[in-house]
Amino acid sequence: MPVHAMRLNGRTPLMAVYKFSSCDGCQLQLLNLEDELLDLVGLVEIALFLEARRRELPPPYDIALVEGSISTPEEEERIRQIRRDSRYLIAIGACATSGGIQALRNWADVGEFARTVYAHPAYIKTLETATPIASHVFVDFELRGCPVSGRALVEIISALLAGRKPAIPTYSVCIECKRAQLPCRLVSEGKPCLGPVTQAGCGALCPKFNRACYGCFGPMEQPNIPSLGNRLASEGATPRDMVRMLRSFNGYLEPFKQASELYERQEDTH
Amino acid sequence: MSDKKTPTERTFHVKALARVEGEGTFHVTLRDGRVEEARLDIFEPPRFFEAFLRGRDYREVPDITARICGICPVAYQMGSCHAIERAIGVFEQIDEPIRRLRDLLYCGEWIESHVLHMFMLHLPDFLGYESVISMAENHADLVRKALRIKKVGNDLVALLGGRAVHPVGACIGGFHAAPDPEVVEVLLPRVREALSSMKELTLFLAASVRYPFLERDYEFVALCPDTGYPMNLGRIRSNKGLDVDQSEFGDAIEEIHVAHSTALQSVIRGRGAYVTGPLARLNLNASGLHPHAGELLPDVCRALGHDLPWKNSYFSLPARAIETVHALALALDVLEGIRPLERTCVPVSARAGVGGHGTEAPRGLCWHQYETTDEGTIARARICPPTAQNQLAIEEDLAELALTLIDIPDEEATLRCEHLIRNYDPCISCSVHFLKLDRRIL
Repeated sequence: MPVHAMRLNGRTPLMAVYKFSSCDGCQLQLLNLEDELLDLVGLVEIALFLEARRRELPPPYDIALVEGSISTPEEEERIRQIRRDSRYLIAIGACATSGGIQALRNWADVGEFARTVYAHPAYIKTLETATPIASHVFVDFELRGCPVSGRALVEIISALLAGRKPAIPTYSVCIECKRAQLPCRLVSEGKPCLGPVTQAGCGALCPKFNRACYGCFGPMEQPNIPSLGNRLASEGATPRDMVRMLRSFNGYLEPFKQASELYERQEDTH
Repeated sequence: MSDKKTPTERTFHVKALARVEGEGTFHVTLRDGRVEEARLDIFEPPRFFEAFLRGRDYREVPDITARICGICPVAYQMGSCHAIERAIGVFEQIDEPIRRLRDLLYCGEWIESHVLHMFMLHLPDFLGYESVISMAENHADLVRKALRIKKVGNDLVALLGGRAVHPVGACIGGFHAAPDPEVVEVLLPRVREALSSMKELTLFLAASVRYPFLERDYEFVALCPDTGYPMNLGRIRSNKGLDVDQSEFGDAIEEIHVAHSTALQSVIRGRGAYVTGPLARLNLNASGLHPHAGELLPDVCRALGHDLPWKNSYFSLPARAIETVHALALALDVLEGIRPLERTCVPVSARAGVGGHGTEAPRGLCWHQYETTDEGTIARARICPPTAQNQLAIEEDLAELALTLIDIPDEEATLRCEHLIRNYDPCISCSVHFLKLDRRIL
């Protein structure tokens, strides 16, 4: 990350927004910044944003926001070019930072998947795996979340423009949940909550809605998954339940990945 | 962009379609004054939802299918909830207040998705701008008004689901939590203001925008509830005789091979292409509109110079506007009528079964079918998204439009093709797990 403000000699910074394998939801969060959108357009020049505008300015770009995971041979090539074209490359959302829900194929036979969905699987050009952007090129910063929050997008752009470190939490959802003074869905209700091992950033949305966190912001820094697993087992969770819980929108991201593989082996011997 | 292969052959295409959701493009080829090819290409990567849903617990499905589309996650959640409720046998037991809240959640999505499409993606075509960003330079007030209404839509989704993209409130059987009464109070005046502002904008769109003309004899397909305007419930009907129960729709449509094509396309069995979305809903269900929208309709028809049924695909824009008024008025009714709920969710338990159900996503009918096992595991999933269903009609429209492009300069002709495709608010990310890549059609 930059430690000094972008040196642009009075030029407005150019921002590009790219999509790879994804649902569009993270880039939509930019358009969902109804209050800030018109201000943002004044601070950065939207040089390329296919979902929002037809015009394209040529590279290089100062900021590239990249949504989606790499799941086709064409995408593998395209991300390398984008890296060459961009000064700061920010991966936004669960697909770009973990591979996303489509990374479930990484534990399966993609050929069988293609035969299930398509009548002519030979026409499907796809990779065996769906992987995060950082598996392919150097990424300057990763914004988590399925989807990323609009607040975090504003924060990362502001931080880049000001040359400061972005204030993005790395602690668990539990901290946000306590701050919101919500009853613990795990301790007081026995619900299978991933909050203790999930990175904050959503504002403890699921506990607010009376349900257990399902981990859409991915693993926090150094989570203690075995400890949570023991607790959930005492509430009746089987190894198979653990595999399912850990393998959702960020399942291919360590340490969720490793833990789910461990529980999968337990499932086999269960 | 245009390729001139021979003096008499021209192809219009763009590298990638802008201002649509997902990745796609089109190819229109004219040779010797006739249309040789008109196709909508989809190069969005496949994500295999139907494949990896197998083996998941039935209660996980609405959160997973939401991720098919960031713009219409509620449509996928509602399709999954209703279809799975049919499979496990609780469909008839959903309380009326829960159904009302589901409509409210859906109203939020219709409002935000329709306003996004109308003012940020589609209107620039009509007014001659490359984007809303350029359009805002001359129409700042219009864009601000639209953004305010869009935000109300997002906030309605957030009321019931915490956030507009991939909301977390809905579940099989109902909702995880009841709406917060304090938030309802704050929203009420904003929805009222948005309703009156949207009425104004609807009349503006009808009276001040010039609509190109492309009329075809479409088969319009939509949910047709006994009362009211379609959203979550109703039989599936068309203007050409289709009339099936929700669970039968999968058999009423067919995936066929077209000539010179390896692609499968969704058609009405024994007939052909059909159209779902705002025009289909409005043409088939105008009498079910909320009075606020119904009263506006004659003025809109007068300004456009056309009574219903509207068969001009460009009228999808005013149709979306009317539907946005409807959604705001309905949302207001539901919000004003919110009482403390006896329960937010009916009890559900695993059971083996098959259930099919479609709901009206902003861009059209989105039909789901699931087979569950005794343990509540998904054994089979099938999802028919709206853009996959509209795709053949879009290609037929392109072929028709192309006949009028023979004497039009390339850049302008390309723009007109794009404009036409955007009439359908195509949602390409959604459509892909159903569509074929590398297609060659006609």
